[in-house]
Amino acid sequence: MSASTAVPSGRFAARRQRLAEVSSRHRSWSIVVGIAIIGAILPVLANIPPFTLATPTNAWMDGFTNAGVWVLLAIGLNLVVGVAGLLDLGYAAFFAIGAYTYAYVASPFGNSILGIEFVTKVSPDLSGLVFWPMLLVGALVAGMFGILLGAPTLRLRGDYLAIVTLGFGEIVPIVFLNSDAVTNGTNGVGGLARPALPIIGSFSALNPWPYYISMLVLVAVVMMLAYRLVESRLGRAWEAIREDELAAAASGINTVTAKLLAFALGASTAGIAGVFNASKLVTVSPDQFTFIVSFTVLAMVVLGGMGNFWGVAVGAFVIYTINNVLLKVLNQFFDAVSFPILKDIDFIQLQFLLYGLALVAMMLLRPEGLFPNSRRQRELHTQVLEPGADELTTAEATTEEGQR
Amino acid sequence: MTALPATSEAGGARVPMGASLKPLLRLVVPAVFLVGAYAFMGPEQFVNALTRGAIYALIALGYTMVYGIIELINFAHGDMFMMGAFVSLTFLGQILGLTGSITDIARLAPLLVAAFFVSMIVMGAIGVTIERLAYKPLRGAPRLAPLITAIGVSFILQNIVMLKYGPFQTNSPKIFPSFDIVIGSAKIPALSVFIIVVALSMMVALQLFISRTRLGRAMRSTAADRDAAQLMGVNINRTIAITFLIGAALAGAAGVVNGLQYGVSRFDDGFQAGLKAFTAAVLGGIGNTVGAALGGFIIGFIEVGATVMGFSRWGPAIVFGVLVIVLVFRPSGLLGQQLGERA
Repeated sequence: MSASTAVPSGRFAARRQRLAEVSSRHRSWSIVVGIAIIGAILPVLANIPPFTLATPTNAWMDGFTNAGVWVLLAIGLNLVVGVAGLLDLGYAAFFAIGAYTYAYVASPFGNSILGIEFVTKVSPDLSGLVFWPMLLVGALVAGMFGILLGAPTLRLRGDYLAIVTLGFGEIVPIVFLNSDAVTNGTNGVGGLARPALPIIGSFSALNPWPYYISMLVLVAVVMMLAYRLVESRLGRAWEAIREDELAAAASGINTVTAKLLAFALGASTAGIAGVFNASKLVTVSPDQFTFIVSFTVLAMVVLGGMGNFWGVAVGAFVIYTINNVLLKVLNQFFDAVSFPILKDIDFIQLQFLLYGLALVAMMLLRPEGLFPNSRRQRELHTQVLEPGADELTTAEATTEEGQR
Repeated sequence: MTALPATSEAGGARVPMGASLKPLLRLVVPAVFLVGAYAFMGPEQFVNALTRGAIYALIALGYTMVYGIIELINFAHGDMFMMGAFVSLTFLGQILGLTGSITDIARLAPLLVAAFFVSMIVMGAIGVTIERLAYKPLRGAPRLAPLITAIGVSFILQNIVMLKYGPFQTNSPKIFPSFDIVIGSAKIPALSVFIIVVALSMMVALQLFISRTRLGRAMRSTAADRDAAQLMGVNINRTIAITFLIGAALAGAAGVVNGLQYGVSRFDDGFQAGLKAFTAAVLGGIGNTVGAALGGFIIGFIEVGATVMGFSRWGPAIVFGVLVIVLVFRPSGLLGQQLGERA
C-alpha cells in the first residue's frame, strides 16, 4: 500500500524497509515469529545477573505476564483511538465487565448469584477449563456493552463519545461497588478458579510459566486479528473515517456501523484482558478498574504511537516496566546513595504527573508517538489550514514566519 | 384558547399548534417543576438543591463557553474548580490563618470579597496559561490531539495538588457563620442564600458582558464563525484567551463557594463535579450560557432529589443516565444549538 512512499536512505534504513515489506506480506507469520522471539528473550533476561539481583526470576516472569495484560488493553484501545480515531476514556469499564463476567462463572459467590453449582461441584482441574471458552464469552459481553454505549453516542460528533465513555468508566465501578447484593460491594468477588489445561491441570500461583505462555499465545492471536482487521475493507473504512468522516460518508461508508464495530471490537479486547487478569488475580473488586487504568492505557497508546500495533505493544510494555520496576529501583537507588534532593522524592507518587506531562508533550511535539504508523504520522503533520489562510502553503507560511 | 388566535391570524394557513403554545410552555413547565420539587423535597432540601445547582452552573458556564468558542471539551475544567477551592483554602486558612466562622460582618465582608478575588484572579491566570501552552499550539491539529492534551492537563493539575496537599481531604475554613433564616417553619441557611445570590449575580454579569460589551460581541462572533470574525478585525487569540479567563475565573468562584459550603476539598473533587457540570452544559444546550446555568440547577435538583429518595450513592450514575438520555433524544439540549453532526 502506501508504506513505501518515503524512500529511506542508508543501509540500516534500507534493511528496515525490507523487514517492513516482508512483515506486511507475511503478516500473521511475522507476528508469530516476533512474539516467539520476544517470548524467548524475556525469560533469558529474567535469569541473568543485573535483573536477578533486584527481583527473583519467577517474579519477573509474573511481571511479564501482567505486562501482557496491559499489552492486550493497549492493542484493543489502539483499534478505537489509533485506528478509528474515537477517543475512549472509559476503557477500564470494559476491562471490568470482562473480569466480572469471568468471576460470575468461576467463583462460588458468582455461582450462587447465577443459581448454578459449578465451581463447588467440579474439581479445580476441570472447572479451570471453563477459562478458555470464557475468554470468548468475556469478549462477547464486553462487546455487547460497547454496542449499548456506542449506539446512542457514535451518531453524534466524536467529542461526545469521549465524555460519555469518561462517565461510563466512572459509573461501572460505582455500580459494582454499590450493588452489594449481587457484586459483594467493596470486597469484590474472590476465590475464582484458575485456568486449567487437560494435561498440566490447574495453573498455580507458584509456577508463572503456564500463565506466561498462554499470555504470549493470546497476544499473538489478538494482534494477528487486529492486523487482519486493519488491513481489511473495514480497516480502510476506519482509517478513512479517522481522516475525514464527511468524505468517508460521501464515499459510501456507513460511518455509524464502522465506528460502532471499532468501538465494540476494542471493548471486547478489553473483555479478554479482563478475563485473563481476573483468572490470574483470582479476585475482582471495583477498585481495580478506576479511571487511572483507562488513563494509563491511553498514555500507553499515545506514547507507543497511535495506529501502530507493535508500537503500542512496546509502549505498554515499557510503561508497565517503568511503573513497576524502574520507579521502585529509582527510589531504592537514591535512598541507598542518599543523593541530596532526589532521595526525598517518591517516584511512584510522581508517575501520574509524569504521564500527564508526557501526554501533553507528545501531543505538542510528536503526536504520532514514539513508534509511529507512517500514514498516521503524515496525517498528524498536515496542519489543517484555516480557510482564511488558504493561499498560504505550509512552506510559505514558515518562511513568512521566519522573516518576521 | 391560545391556539385559536394563532389559526385566525395565519388566515387558514397551517400553523403548528405548538408554535403558539411554546411561550406558555416555557413559563408553565419550569413553574410546575419548581413547585413539584418544593412540595416533594421540602424547603431545606429545595434550597440545598439550589445551592448545589449554583455550583454546577458556575462550572458548567466554563465548559459551555470554551466549547462554544473552540469546540473543545476542556477536561481540565473540573480540575480548575478543584484548584479554585484549594487556592481559596490556602489563602484563607494558611496565609490568613483563619479556622472558624467570623460573625463580625465588617470583617467577614472584605474577607469574602478577597477570597473570591484571589481565587478568581489566580484561576483566571492559570486558565489563560494552560490555553497558551497546551491548547493554542493545537488549534489546527486533528480533533483528537487537543482532547488528549486536555485529559493530560487534567491529570497534571490533579497530581500537582495531590503532591502538595496529599491524597486526603484538606479542611477549608468555613468563615461564613452558620445561622438560619427562619421563614415560617422552614429554616434556610444564610450561607445558601449568599451562595445563590453570588452565583446568580455572576451569571447575570456574564450575560450582560456577553450581550452588551464589545468583547462579548467578539466572543459571540468568534463562536459563530471564527474566520469571518477574524476578517472583521476581531483579535481571535485574545478573544479565546478571554473566554478561558472568564471560564476559569468562574470555576475559581465555584471553588470558593464549595469550600465555604462543604469545608473540605480533595485533589480529585474536580473529576465528578466536572462530569456533572458537563452534563449540565449538554442538558442546557452546549454553547449556550443561559442553558448551562439552567442545566446546572436542574442537575442540582436531580442529585438532591435522588438523595431525598434514598439513592445518594447512585447520584453520579443517575446524572450519567441523564447525560446519555439527553444525547439520545435531544443532543441539542433544552435551549441549545444544533450540534449533532459536525458543521
